[in-house]
Amino acid sequence: MQTDTQKDYLEPVERIAQQTQGIKQAVQHAFQNSPYYQKVFSEAGLKPEQINSPHDFRKVPFTRKDDLRGAYPYGMAAVPLEKILRIHASSGTTGKPIVAGYTRQDLDDWAAAVARICAMVGVKDSDIAQISFGYGLFTGGFGLHYGLERLGATVVPFSSGNTERQLALMQDFKTNVLVSTPSFALYMAETAIELGYKPQEFGLKIGLFGGEPCSDVMREDIEKHWELKATVNYGLTEVVGPGISGECEERAGMHILEDIYFPEIIDPSSGEVLPDGATGELVLTPLYKEGFPVLRYRTGDITRLIVDPCPCGRTTRRMDYITGRSDDMIIIKGVNIFPSQIEEVLSGFSEVSPHYLLILHKQKGFIKDLEVQIELSPEGFTDSFRQLEALEGRIRQRLRSTLSLAPRLKLMEPKSLERTTGKAKRITIKELE
Amino acid sequence: MIKQISVFLENKSGRLVRVAQVLGDAAISIRGVSIADTSDFGILRMIVDQPDRAIAELKGKGIMATVTDVIAIEIADQPGGLAQVLTYLDAAAINIEYLYSFIEKPTHSAIIMMRVERIADALQVLQDHNVPIVSGERIYGF
Repeated sequence: MQTDTQKDYLEPVERIAQQTQGIKQAVQHAFQNSPYYQKVFSEAGLKPEQINSPHDFRKVPFTRKDDLRGAYPYGMAAVPLEKILRIHASSGTTGKPIVAGYTRQDLDDWAAAVARICAMVGVKDSDIAQISFGYGLFTGGFGLHYGLERLGATVVPFSSGNTERQLALMQDFKTNVLVSTPSFALYMAETAIELGYKPQEFGLKIGLFGGEPCSDVMREDIEKHWELKATVNYGLTEVVGPGISGECEERAGMHILEDIYFPEIIDPSSGEVLPDGATGELVLTPLYKEGFPVLRYRTGDITRLIVDPCPCGRTTRRMDYITGRSDDMIIIKGVNIFPSQIEEVLSGFSEVSPHYLLILHKQKGFIKDLEVQIELSPEGFTDSFRQLEALEGRIRQRLRSTLSLAPRLKLMEPKSLERTTGKAKRITIKELE
Repeated sequence: MIKQISVFLENKSGRLVRVAQVLGDAAISIRGVSIADTSDFGILRMIVDQPDRAIAELKGKGIMATVTDVIAIEIADQPGGLAQVLTYLDAAAINIEYLYSFIEKPTHSAIIMMRVERIADALQVLQDHNVPIVSGERIYGF
């Protein structure tokens, strides 16, 4: 095995020293070789010599998705194009895609990072892994492929689609590791059952799931059907692809390979860096990327860094599972609230439908109160005030612990809340006199 | 046991009227009714002559309704009638969640609809004390 797992167990002091080195190096490389960052530094009146610590690093302006889109196609390159061996691109829902370019070293580093992520959840070189991620511009397929090969596993590069054949080969090849999106894993299980197979007898040991969020319910379903250990990992094309963070055997958050990808949590509206434990937007800096370097990239993903040490013994800090996007944030009584956090709480109650409406009660320009209107689902309605009030109480309690705020709750009749596709109009404002 | 229809109502004008209209349009007769509310919502409880159809009609119109089993008993229409029955149930530790009265053609008795926690035990206690239990046919009006 060629993974560098000792880096998972560094003393914090060592890690900070390493990160400081990495930050200085990344800043130097970007400043010297990236026309994009030369412009950024010049406009900010910054010089690399001024950046000598993670704290100094905060002087560097953020890079956003629009900046990368604006640099389409090769504006973020810091090396001559012939040194770029691979191009990946993210599927943008609007506008131009985001391009990622990799030098030979970048590809090698990427494979090492993914191998480390896979080793954390117990994938071994003797394992047989089937990759059901699409191979193409999407970083998931190739990312997991080279990472697992690096680890020494036997890789079956099936790619996505043709579910029947996937299932047949999984049995013939005795696959024991599955790489896919969580929803595809569920779909394969259902198809297997329809075809008369028993997925729990396939012999799958571990699932490496990514590419989309995985709810607890989904994870339980996948584990129930396949009888494997379902694990999740996190990554994004703009920073490298998969390989940024992943679960360990404890599966209580995802360890960030922070010696390579420097994490910061910021307040999305002020840009201020928040202390560990606070929820905010994840900012990432790949410290050793050669081809298309990026500094302080705002991922738009909302999470927090977990303060407590992980029972596994690794000292790489964990990030919590992503609860939503920064774009929707509202601030009430000094607390940052993301509507997606509310959605997350409601989805844990089968007694209510996932639809909701937030009413911000404003007075003299600032938000005084938050009211959350929710709909009962057919299972939720009982003929008992006591039970309905107890339900309201449980929901209010979960909202309070998730949001650090106790909103008012109102139960509404079914179908009374507006249904929209895509980004729903979830928030209205009520002006009080 | 009698099938009672319970409907969830927001505290908004017109909700109650709508329920009555839906049932009226479907030629379903409301024979007993009780409504209780908090500041946010209310639960409307009804005895109708065709409970299964009523549920289908209400749900079909997007109204949140469910069926709850209640007991109908007959008590003497005189002071102490209700108290006596409640004493029997209390002695057997049977908790009554709610109750309300039911209108029928004039007789010398009153009918009480009751929702209890332990229906089978309650029925036993009532039978042991010879409290008349009113049948579905009489309640639904056939």
